[in-house]
Amino acid sequence: MTLQRTPHAVKATGLVKTFGDFRAVDGIDLEVRRGEIFGVLGPNGAGKTTMLSMLATLLSIDEGQAEIFGVDVRREPHRIRQLLGVTGQYASVDENLTASENLWLFGRLQGVASREAKETAERLLLQFALEEAADKPISQFSGGMRRRLDLAASLITRPPLIFLDEPTTGLDPRTRGQMWDTIRGLVADGSTILLTTQYLDEADQLADRIAVIDRGRKVAEGTPEELKTSVGDSTLQLQLSDGADQALAIDVVRKVLGEEPVLTPESGRMNVALDDANRAADVLIGLRQAGIGISSVSVDKPTLDEVFLALTGHDTGESSDPTDDRDLEVAR
Amino acid sequence: MSTTTEAPNETQEPREMRRLTVEEIVARTSTHNSLRDTVSQTITMAWRSLKKMRRNPEQFFDVIIQPLLFTAMFTYIFGGAISGSVSSYMPLIIPGILAQTALTACMAMGTQLREDMDKGVFDRFKSLPIARIAPLAGPALADVIRYVIAATLTILVGLVMGYRPGGGFVGTLGGWALTIVAAWSLAWIFTWLGTIARSAQAVQGISMMIMFPLSFMSNAFVKEDTMPDWLQAFVKVNPVSHVVTAVRDLMNEGRLTADVGWALFGCVVVVAIFAPLSVRSYKRHL
Ligand SMILES: Nc1ncnc2c1ncn2[C@@H]1O[C@H](COP(=O)(O)OP(=O)(O)OP(=O)(O)O)[C@@H](O)[C@H]1O
Ligand SMILES: [Mg+2]
Repeated sequence: MTLQRTPHAVKATGLVKTFGDFRAVDGIDLEVRRGEIFGVLGPNGAGKTTMLSMLATLLSIDEGQAEIFGVDVRREPHRIRQLLGVTGQYASVDENLTASENLWLFGRLQGVASREAKETAERLLLQFALEEAADKPISQFSGGMRRRLDLAASLITRPPLIFLDEPTTGLDPRTRGQMWDTIRGLVADGSTILLTTQYLDEADQLADRIAVIDRGRKVAEGTPEELKTSVGDSTLQLQLSDGADQALAIDVVRKVLGEEPVLTPESGRMNVALDDANRAADVLIGLRQAGIGISSVSVDKPTLDEVFLALTGHDTGESSDPTDDRDLEVAR
Repeated sequence: MSTTTEAPNETQEPREMRRLTVEEIVARTSTHNSLRDTVSQTITMAWRSLKKMRRNPEQFFDVIIQPLLFTAMFTYIFGGAISGSVSSYMPLIIPGILAQTALTACMAMGTQLREDMDKGVFDRFKSLPIARIAPLAGPALADVIRYVIAATLTILVGLVMGYRPGGGFVGTLGGWALTIVAAWSLAWIFTWLGTIARSAQAVQGISMMIMFPLSFMSNAFVKEDTMPDWLQAFVKVNPVSHVVTAVRDLMNEGRLTADVGWALFGCVVVVAIFAPLSVRSYKRHL
């Protein structure tokens, strides 16, 4: 047993997981520092859950190395399980038990004495605003309540590292905001968090650092700010009055800036990456001279949506299918 | 956002004792579960199964209906034909039905476990530092209550119908206990099935295919000397036959015969083979 202090909560290199011929996780390196919220961002099927499961000892690691607080994941899975709180993508609580019975059960299984497990359950139910539902069977819980209970169940032993797999998927905006606050609270309490999400704004809001993964590979990593600047300093967002002018407008932008605009799926809408926000005026003048009408215009910091589009060459939507990329031209 | 150490936070800890540093937590982790941990986890898992049974009482239907129905049915239908009269068939058939009821009762283990394992809560069990046998042994322990009900009811129905066991109270108690031990042991076969099959239906189908030959190709309902030689050969090695003979010896004669020894030995062998197999294939599901 080493008592050596490692600066990393998670350090993984070259992680690979294959299902048959399919490489669901295809050589991912990951470093999560202590005390941070690390966001793994990726569309459906990117390999987020698979990667978390490998780190959480739920799936074997086919290739590569992983350490959590200096403990080798492959060699000492039992110790890893004592360091982690895992909240999976789908609620993993017992439908046949009540909320407090669930928490008691998971406490007891982890060696917490019966009385103490009961007190911990009460405290957590209070903390997650579930005290009124304490004795209700889970089958009567709403999606948001389930998610909260699920998270509470991962915190019983106060693990130093918490995995959250899409913690807010399916929650309404208000509940989502509450979940964000809870997550921030956990970090303030000294925990390290590795979370996955499909929502760019969530990663932007919560994460100190983000890894963008797509089709099992990491395509970018950095702070939300870094990722945003990597696609230009600011973005000019244009909505043409007439979608038919699109081709003409692309020509104009190319002529003025020497770059292609990024088309979004909506008709007549395009984003233009700018090195310098002042160039926006040049584009607008060019459009006016070409007689192209504009219904709305804005200059903004790029959103993570645009980052994603620029990095992966396709939308964040359901499209892992390369044929969907046809109409998405990326300015580089 | 602070990426510094946990040290500053420790002082802000309001409610609980000082929060351990990560180094201390890492140093405290154990490399495996002790036997004591394993037993405690198994008991906790059994508690969970009992709660589940209480909330789904239909899980008791088979162990209540079957003893009532089968004991009366088999005795009155076959009694005259096989032993000449109902009362002379009783000492033969009641132990037979005990074994058969035990077998069908423990057969449900596999299906239950398969259904259970497909639920989200098993994902959490897998992520917790618990012994891999606990989620399997817990339900098996809780299931004993069903075997107790099945065995007790079968004997009671027999008594009501006029069965007077020659082995007296102690012999009957011995037969009762052996039935329960056998059911618990054989349940591991079905537990194993539950961990390898793809669906609950598949488990159900395979269990039936195992249960019927085991119970009918035994001496549970008729004496084996009425059967063809090749069948007798199977009947003699069938562990259920040994259990039936042992229960008959205990209940009818109150004797601890060699068959009691063989029956217990058979139980030990079944558990020794199928418990590790189950744990292995449960682990592989991860
Ligand atoms: N057990 C499995 N067997 C075969 N393929 C699998 C298995 N688990 C995952 N996959 C495949 O691996 C890929 C990555 O899946 P994963 O669940 O990790 O994606 P994800 O990023 O979590 O997606 P989502 O946002 O939809 O949860 C998918 O194409 C999926 O079909
Ligand atoms: Mg997922």
